[in-house]
Amino acid sequence: MSAVFGWLFVAAMAAVPVVFPDPYVLSVLTSAGIFIIGAISLNLLLGYTGQLSLGHAAFFGLGAYASALVSLGFDIGIGFGLRLRLDPQPVFVGFLAGIAVAGAFGWLLGRLAFRVRGAYFVVITICFAQVLRMVALNWVELTQGPMALIGIPPASLWLPGQGVVPLYTKPQSFWLVLGVGTLAFLLVRQVVQSRIGRALVALRENETLARSVGIRVTHYLVIATVLSAGIAGAAGSLFAHYVRIIDPDVFLFIYTVTMVIMVITGGKGTLWGPVVGGLIFGLMPDLLRGSAPPEAQWIAYGVLMILLVMFLPRGIVPAVAGLLPARRRPAPAIAAMVEPAP
Amino acid sequence: MDQALQHLVNGTVLGGTYALLGIGLTLIFGVMRVVNFTHGELYTFGAYMAYGLVALLHVDFFLSLVLATMLGLALGALIELVLLRPMRKADIDSVMLVMIGAALVLQNAGLWAWGGVAKLVPTPFAGTPLVFGPVSVLPLRLFVLGVAATLLLVFWLLLERTRAGIAMRATFQDAETASLMGVRVGWVHTATFAIGSGLAAAAGALLGPVFMVSPAMGDLVGLKAFAIVILGGLGNLPGAVIGGFALGYVEEFGGGFVSSEYRDAFGFLLIILVLAIRPQGLVALKERVG
Repeated sequence: MSAVFGWLFVAAMAAVPVVFPDPYVLSVLTSAGIFIIGAISLNLLLGYTGQLSLGHAAFFGLGAYASALVSLGFDIGIGFGLRLRLDPQPVFVGFLAGIAVAGAFGWLLGRLAFRVRGAYFVVITICFAQVLRMVALNWVELTQGPMALIGIPPASLWLPGQGVVPLYTKPQSFWLVLGVGTLAFLLVRQVVQSRIGRALVALRENETLARSVGIRVTHYLVIATVLSAGIAGAAGSLFAHYVRIIDPDVFLFIYTVTMVIMVITGGKGTLWGPVVGGLIFGLMPDLLRGSAPPEAQWIAYGVLMILLVMFLPRGIVPAVAGLLPARRRPAPAIAAMVEPAP
Repeated sequence: MDQALQHLVNGTVLGGTYALLGIGLTLIFGVMRVVNFTHGELYTFGAYMAYGLVALLHVDFFLSLVLATMLGLALGALIELVLLRPMRKADIDSVMLVMIGAALVLQNAGLWAWGGVAKLVPTPFAGTPLVFGPVSVLPLRLFVLGVAATLLLVFWLLLERTRAGIAMRATFQDAETASLMGVRVGWVHTATFAIGSGLAAAAGALLGPVFMVSPAMGDLVGLKAFAIVILGGLGNLPGAVIGGFALGYVEEFGGGFVSSEYRDAFGFLLIILVLAIRPQGLVALKERVG
């Protein structure tokens, strides 16, 4: 899809609070937007490196907790009678901390998990999220455990001339999410169109071949994981400051599954896939609300996921693009990479 | 010391059922190359079938364990025929996604059918523990260990001594050659998935009465089954039994001596450690690749 269409989409979205200032619609769109950012970040791993990472909720949760804790402040014992204390910081510091912490754990997981592939990789990523959930549940001094972190301040933005402005209203939150989402999209687009992106696609298509032409496989996989984790951390941070209460359930497998379904539905390895899939699955629960119990909704998700993988494995975006009149498309990256030198 | 002995006994009981869970999962992976995300749901299914039969239909406790296992076998066969057979040529990741979808459906169907409240399965066993010197154990738990050990033995005999077992092992080693030798690989797959699912359902029916039965009970158990299998090396049958007992002991001793809150986390930490130090698993022989 062309850049013009993309900017039109962003502009249309940005106009929603003005044209249609219904708080319910805005809150649905805002939470959908947060998960779309998560899906965009997951797509970098799932779609472009081809690694089925099923611990993505870990980064989302880490971002949420790190950001909330930095903006709330904490005072914890770290053993040997020492205490670690942090006074409440402005929310944008928390936001950056959320990205940094998630990115750091992304590096750790990448270093550890990319020693193996396939089923083993999948299981490590799942275990990683589980361990973090256990920590969030049990490190009560830091996280309040199942009692949840409450009273998280709303997001704030530094504006020239006005200083730090807290974003209390629904339209403000929505615009913030839209802005971060657009940045995340542009960042991912930049990455996949760069040398890094070409390396990732090359090793997705044929790892042995990629290695043989000198691509440092683990190096690039770790870069992708750190970026993906950082963006997911940003989404988690937005989530924490938007709903303003978080509990260890943010690490649940079901959140990862939600993001996976969004990416698969829209089309993994396409830039617009997570956005399209995210809009469908972000808005569907609210459209179905009232007409069906939540269990039925999840059953529908499961059935849809099975049907999509079986009958539309590449997702909606490639299928629709295939229907559009054919244009000259650039050759796939892999072809460019394996061309013999003149 | 007495405390350690008690933990040893508890760990053995727990390890027995973990081994049942692990061996089903590893068999399915070894024969079919399928990472089975429905395993935990089959466990839940077995537990609820036991509950339904005993508490609602007043079927005999021991008979209902057998019936729950049979129903698990049937559900497994159904899943294989409907979902996995059409996906035989698909790559491992797509199959994983289909199985996640199936797990979502099963879990929420269970939640819908049974409600979210945890249920208790009545048993004919006495609630007073048997005391052997410093160690005490509930009769029910002893029974669970006995049945688990028997099932493992039966399963081993099936695999080693019957034609079906030979066909299964042949498919395990090389599906293509096996089919050239006249093994009907499709049916081996169905049988494998059914047996693996039956073992999971049996584990659920056995542990359901020990703990409570709830719709989400399979979540953690499914992940633990993965832990067991990774510890032993995916597709390694003796490894799954060793991994099952290893996880039982790690949880029991870790929970008893280190921290009871982090009891469930020890297994996952153990996997991460094993993979960091010895990525091929504790007892696996060959290097793992894809």
